[in-house]
This record gives sequence, structure tokens and C-alpha cells, in this order.
Amino acid sequence: MIRTVRFLAPWLATAAVLALAPLVFRSDFALTTMSLIAINVIFALSFNILLGQTGLLSFGHAVYYGLGGFVAIHALNAAVDANLGLPLPVFVLAGALGGLGFGLLFGLVVSRRGGLVFSMITLGIGELVASSSFILRSFFGGEEGIVTNRTGAAAFFGYKFGLQIQMYYLAAAWCFLVIVAVYALTRTPLGRVWNAARENVQRVEFIGYKPETLRLYACCFAALFAGVAGGLSAVNFELMTSEQLASQESTLVLLMAYIGGTGHFFGPILGAVLVTYLQLRLSDLTDIWQLYFGVLFIGVVLLAPGGIAGWIAMHVEAWRRGELARLAPSYALAAPAIAVAMVGAVLLIELTHRLFAHAMGESTLIQFGPLTLDAASPLPWAAGFALGFGGGYAVRRVWPRVQEAWGASGPAAKGSAA
Amino acid sequence: MFSSLNGVLYGMLLFMMASGLTLIFSMMNVLNFAHASFYMLGAYFGFEISRRIGFWPGVVIAPLLVGGVGAIVERYGLRRVHRYGHVSELLFTFGLAFVIEQLVEMFWGKTPADYRVPPSLDFVAFRMFGTDYPAYKMFVLLTAAAMFVFLIAILQRTRVGLIIRAALTHPHMAAMLGHNVPQVFMAVFGVGCALAGLAGAIAGPALVTQPSMAADLGPILFVVVIVGGMGSLAGAFFASLLVGIIQTFAVAINLSLSQIFGAVAPPFLGDLWNVTVAQLAPVIPYMLLILVLIFRPTGLLGTRES
Repeated sequence: MIRTVRFLAPWLATAAVLALAPLVFRSDFALTTMSLIAINVIFALSFNILLGQTGLLSFGHAVYYGLGGFVAIHALNAAVDANLGLPLPVFVLAGALGGLGFGLLFGLVVSRRGGLVFSMITLGIGELVASSSFILRSFFGGEEGIVTNRTGAAAFFGYKFGLQIQMYYLAAAWCFLVIVAVYALTRTPLGRVWNAARENVQRVEFIGYKPETLRLYACCFAALFAGVAGGLSAVNFELMTSEQLASQESTLVLLMAYIGGTGHFFGPILGAVLVTYLQLRLSDLTDIWQLYFGVLFIGVVLLAPGGIAGWIAMHVEAWRRGELARLAPSYALAAPAIAVAMVGAVLLIELTHRLFAHAMGESTLIQFGPLTLDAASPLPWAAGFALGFGGGYAVRRVWPRVQEAWGASGPAAKGSAA
Repeated sequence: MFSSLNGVLYGMLLFMMASGLTLIFSMMNVLNFAHASFYMLGAYFGFEISRRIGFWPGVVIAPLLVGGVGAIVERYGLRRVHRYGHVSELLFTFGLAFVIEQLVEMFWGKTPADYRVPPSLDFVAFRMFGTDYPAYKMFVLLTAAAMFVFLIAILQRTRVGLIIRAALTHPHMAAMLGHNVPQVFMAVFGVGCALAGLAGAIAGPALVTQPSMAADLGPILFVVVIVGGMGSLAGAFFASLLVGIIQTFAVAINLSLSQIFGAVAPPFLGDLWNVTVAQLAPVIPYMLLILVLIFRPTGLLGTRES
């Protein structure tokens, strides 16, 4: 009984969060954001089948997302034209099948090699498809892309999905379905062999599995779920352009999965939520938000390769051992120091940006939180240097304490706080 | 004739980068995703210096600066992530390429930089079939060729070259003999980046100097390295020329299927029917990549599987 409750609790909680979120965040902005988050969660999870589960780094995952979306949007337009009377959720399925089809096709090529070569080939396939999209204009629609109208589809139990809230629930339902499906996949023997291949591909070969076949299966499943995300994106935006299968989109999914943490199942989910939200919010605040994304990504690679999920898991373990109290004092010291250093660094970056933007004919004024600063005057610069270097120095002084606190917590903390 | 000259020129430029990439990969087992970004840095540094001091100092100083940046990246970035494995190293250089592109946009703007051919090289080298060939392109070609000869000389005639060649074919054995000290890594990484920087500094005026130049060139560079065979310098050389020449020739051919088989396209192939070979030029390197992977997975001259 208790085991059943324990097993079901996270799933019920996930379903509840997905179902109740629109009751808490009611604005139009929140609804579109949450729809996009649900889509990106699916996309990031599909990517993690490759990177986290099988250890294959793909630089061209948006290909399946984009192609799935294009298949879905063409299917929707064709079905509306032919008056087939199919409801909207069916076309998400069409996207999934489109993703799977192309996953199988390209998978036959990319799965031939593992490791670094796999990454390079996926990059090549990504560029190939992105370049082709400007040649095959009737399928990809050229610069304008392909448009559709999702209310053209037949009603699904009375719903036409014309309102964004209905669209959100469609995305959320698919999101929940994919979360369950991908989690179930990690529990199958196939999922376990993927994990084994990630750890040591030679041993997997010795016990009789063909690495090529395993990689092909991983590509197919990843492409299938990426196709679901693409199909949802097509009906959500009612537009597919070739940008959605280009390298920026592949980069985005990599950032989401990696920043969230590829080593844990819930990592990509966290990453998708955070990165999607930041992307929408930061682009309002600053022109150079992509620079911050890049720096955040490098920071995660250098300092916390487990991502956010790895960091959380580390602390949950410490909490289970009852050692969180020992960590608290050093954290209380480190947190303000890190915050000050970061504010200083951001201030300096923004001032530099403003100065160079000024050279190209823009104003020198920046809005920094509640303050309006002038990049031409020395005062903000002095403040930036003082905060940045003062904070940096404080972090250097405090960090050994954090390491010490972790060092005392046993071997599990090894390397994690370095 | 001009197409083949331009093809060789483009191929030699590719090789200047592919050689550095191959050397770094062979010695350190790191595939440097940011290699094309160092090429871009070379072009922008060259542009900035040529604007302030002059073109010739720029051609000398820019590669040195890029090499310095490369060495710093290796020392303080790559060496840290090395213990997390190859995927982390690749991800690190990937993030680096992303950040470098954003920084270049921040400092020099999103529009192409006005990096011009110096007046001393701004004349017609020779005329053939009624078309002029600019002297600057000859200069780029000769520099690339000189670089190639220099590289071969170092690799074949010096002790340093011996160590690097040993690491090319027998990386573990070379490590066992005590050659893979971190300084050698840093130097190889720095020199590889400097080579890319030199390519950028001299190619910048001939091609376009803009923030997307790294993202445009990077994937083709990896095609070259894989088609040539991972870790094979000779393979990288042939693949560079092959890709350079095929792509340059393709741009000049205005032939489409409709011209061969008539204007009426079979069903569902309407787009393909009217595509000219010139329009296909950007796709050709990737098709080559796929063909090579199907028929010769180790690359043209490669022996290593990964």
C-alpha cells in the first residue's frame, strides 16, 4: 500500500501541477509561456534519451522536431482540405510518426559511429536538412514557412482548441503522456542496455549487443518524442518555419537538457522550465541575453557537470544523512558573496555592451533593475569593479569553507564542490 | 581555370584550419568545436589592428593573439573539464563557440566588418580569358601554400614534429614515453588556434568578416576532418582540397534536372526538378559526408575508428 502510494505520488503531483498551473497563472503571457514550456519539456526529454541515457551527444536534434512539425502541419492542412474530420490531437501523432520516420532514415547513417564522430555527423545532418529547407520550397515554405489554422480540425469531445487555455491542456496532456512514456522506457531492458552502452560500449558488445542497433533504437525513440514536440509546436503557433529545424533550436535543446542535468530523469524537465522562462524574460531585459545563456552553460560544464538536478540530488542526499545543518553556515557565507560578484559581473558586462552599442549610435543609458545608469560616467564602472572584484575575492576566501563542509560529509561529495 | 584556382584557394584555407583541428584531436583527443570561432577571432583581430596600425602588423599580431587566447582556453578551461570526459570537453568548446559569437556581436556589431584588402595588394595579378584575377587572392593562396610547406617541414624534419607524428599514429605509446606533458598540449592547442587565426586574418578581406562566419564554416570543417579520416593530416589535406574544389565548381554550374530531362517534373519532385547544381552547393559537403560514412566509415585516409 505504502509502496503504491510512494510510486504514484510523483506522478500524481506532476499531473496536478500541469492541471492546476493555469488556475494560478492566468494571464495570456503565462498561458503561452506554459504551453511553450510543456512543448520544450517533451523536446528536452527526447534529447536526453540520447545524451543522458545512451551517452550520445547530438548537435542536430532539432531536425526531428522541425520535420515532425512540418509533417504535422502538412497533414493538418491536407486533412482540412479533404474534409477528413480528424480532431487536432491526431495531428500531433502525425508529427510523432514524421519524427520517427526521419529518425529511422537519418538514424541508419548516424548510428554507424559512436562517440565524437556521432556528434559531428548529427551536426552534418542538421546542416544538411537546414540547407535543404531553402531548396525544397514547397515542403518547407521558404522564408515565410507554412501556416495553418488549428480550428479547422474537427472537434475533439466538443473542443476545437481555438482558445490558448485549451491548447495548453492539449500540450500538458501530451507532456504528461511523454513524461510517463520516457520514464517507462528507462525502466525497460532496452533502457538499461542503453545505460550500459553509455558507461562502456565494449562490454555491451561482448555480451552480445550490437552498438549500432542500440544507437539506432535510441535515435528512433528520441526522434519519435521530438516529433511529438514538433507537432505540438506546429499546432500551437499555427506556423512552421525552417528556423525551427536549424542549429539555434538544436543548441537550445542542448542547453535545456544540460543545464537541467542529464544524469537524472527530472533534469531536462527542470532545464526546459528554467531555460524557456529565462529566454522569454531575459530577452525583454537585455539585448545580450544569449551571452548570459552561453556563460551559464559554460559555468555548468566547468563547475557543475551534473546540472541543476545533480546539484539538487547532492543536497537531498546530504539532507537524508542529516548533514545539511553542517553545510548551512558555509552556504550562508558563500551565497551573498556569490550574489555580489554576479551583480558586479552583470553590471560590467552591461556597461561594456552599452559602450560598444553607443559607438554604433545608441544611447549610453542603461536600465539596471530600478536604477538608470550612464555608461559614459565613471561611477557605475567603479561600482561594477568594486562589486565584481570584491565579490570575487570574497568567494575565493569563503569557498574553502564550503569545500571543507562537504569534505566532512563523506566520499559522496568528492569533486562536487570543486 | 578560375574556378579551380578559387577551389584550391578555398581548399587551402580549409586545410589551414583542418590541420590545426586534426593536430589537436590527434594529440589531446579533443574535438575543438570552437576552432572556426578562432578563425573568426583572427579575422576580427586582424580587422581591428589593420584599422589602427596597418594590415601587415595585423597579419602577424592577430594570429599570435588568437594563439594566446587558445592557450589560455586550454590552460584554464579544457584542462579543468578534462576529468569529466570527452563529451564534457566537446560541450565546453561548444559553449565557447557560442560565447565567442555573442562577444563578437557585442564588440563589433551584427553587420559585416569593413575589413579591406590593403592598397599594396589591391591590384590585378593577371588576366586570363578576359577576366581579372586579384593579387590579394594570389597572396592568400601563396600564404596558405607557404604555411603548408612550413607545417610539413616541421612535422617531417624536427624533433617536435617527430613527437607530434608519434602522437598521430600511436597516441598511447607517445604518452607512455612521457611526451604528453600538459605544456605540449597547451602549445599544440595554441599553435592550432594561431593557425586558424592566421587563416582568418588573411581570409577576412577576401571573404566576408561577420559574426556568423564561424557558424557557417565550422560544420564544413568537421566534414573535412571526418571525410579525410579522424587524425590523418594527409587525409585532412585531400579532403580540404576536395571539398574546396567541389564546392567552388558547383557554384559555377547552372544545370538543373529540368534542363536535362525536360521541363515537366514527375509528381512530388517539382522542387528538385528545378534546383540548379549551384543552389545545391551548400548541401554538397554534407552529402559527401554521408556517402563517405556509408562506404568508408573510417574516412578516406583514416585508420582510427573514433
